[in-house]
Amino acid sequence: MGLETLFGQSYLTTRLDEAVNWARKYSFFQYPFVTACCGMEFMSVWASTYDIARFGAEYPRFSPRQADVLFVVGTVNEKLAPVLKRVYDQMCEPKWVVSFGVCATCGGFYDNYATVQGIDKIIPVDIYIPGCPPRPEAVLDGLLKLQQKVSKESVLDRKYR
Amino acid sequence: MNSYLLDEIKTKFPQDVLETHSFRGDETAVVRREALAEVAQFLRDGLGFDILMDLTAVDNLPREPRYELVCHFYSTGHNYRLRLKCPVPADNPSVKSLTGIWSGANWLEREVYDMFGLNFEGHPDLRRILMYDGFEGHPLRKDYPLKKRQPRIAHRD
Repeated sequence: MGLETLFGQSYLTTRLDEAVNWARKYSFFQYPFVTACCGMEFMSVWASTYDIARFGAEYPRFSPRQADVLFVVGTVNEKLAPVLKRVYDQMCEPKWVVSFGVCATCGGFYDNYATVQGIDKIIPVDIYIPGCPPRPEAVLDGLLKLQQKVSKESVLDRKYR
Repeated sequence: MNSYLLDEIKTKFPQDVLETHSFRGDETAVVRREALAEVAQFLRDGLGFDILMDLTAVDNLPREPRYELVCHFYSTGHNYRLRLKCPVPADNPSVKSLTGIWSGANWLEREVYDMFGLNFEGHPDLRRILMYDGFEGHPLRKDYPLKKRQPRIAHRD
């Protein structure tokens, strides 16, 4: 960029929140909790056409202990609900949850004996992405919304939920 | 229309076949539930139906007999298909298991047990297959409440 040559060996001052949030929002490690057909659409967000790496969120961790963002992609039923809760509990703070698609958001058209009517009945959710399934543009928009949300947080007031 | 398969079954089990119908090659025999296993055995050994493609049930709640067990068979040798149905009353919803004839019936019968609550006599391991332990009732029964939920963990708010 050339910016570093302009500043040379000097110092920059900033607020702690700004610096930490800047680092956090451009380096999301995700945990994809993929249960249903939305997963196909989620993969296309990853692939080169939409390239989620542009936003620094391309790195999936298949252990919740190393992840920052839990993407719940697809229908969650009552049988699976304790598993989702356990995965969420294993994630380290700070952590965020994205509900991907209408099934995860509100149960979708599965209003029946088996389906949880929205994962916010189990765990707290930060961003809801509607659609059945959502377009990749909608997912990227949701990711940008999450980045905005993260940039407004403070390292001091985030507490364990 | 005459059907070779249905005629064979009717000739072999004149007492047990309650009804047959055939529509555009879709052949169905309704048999007494006491004779289901016997007829199924004849289908496999006498008529060459080597695959049990599906085994499921229907709940016709206001009507009696309430349940209907439906079995779909396929013969790879002859490219024949056949459907067997048998009425099951609500007061004793029990049928003889087909696991001794087709071992693939095992999970299908567990699913019917789980969803409809039909019992299969002689099944080696009759327990729920889809719903979790502790789930009460059988969700595909017509009298299962539409909005009833049985969460495994407490829901937030």
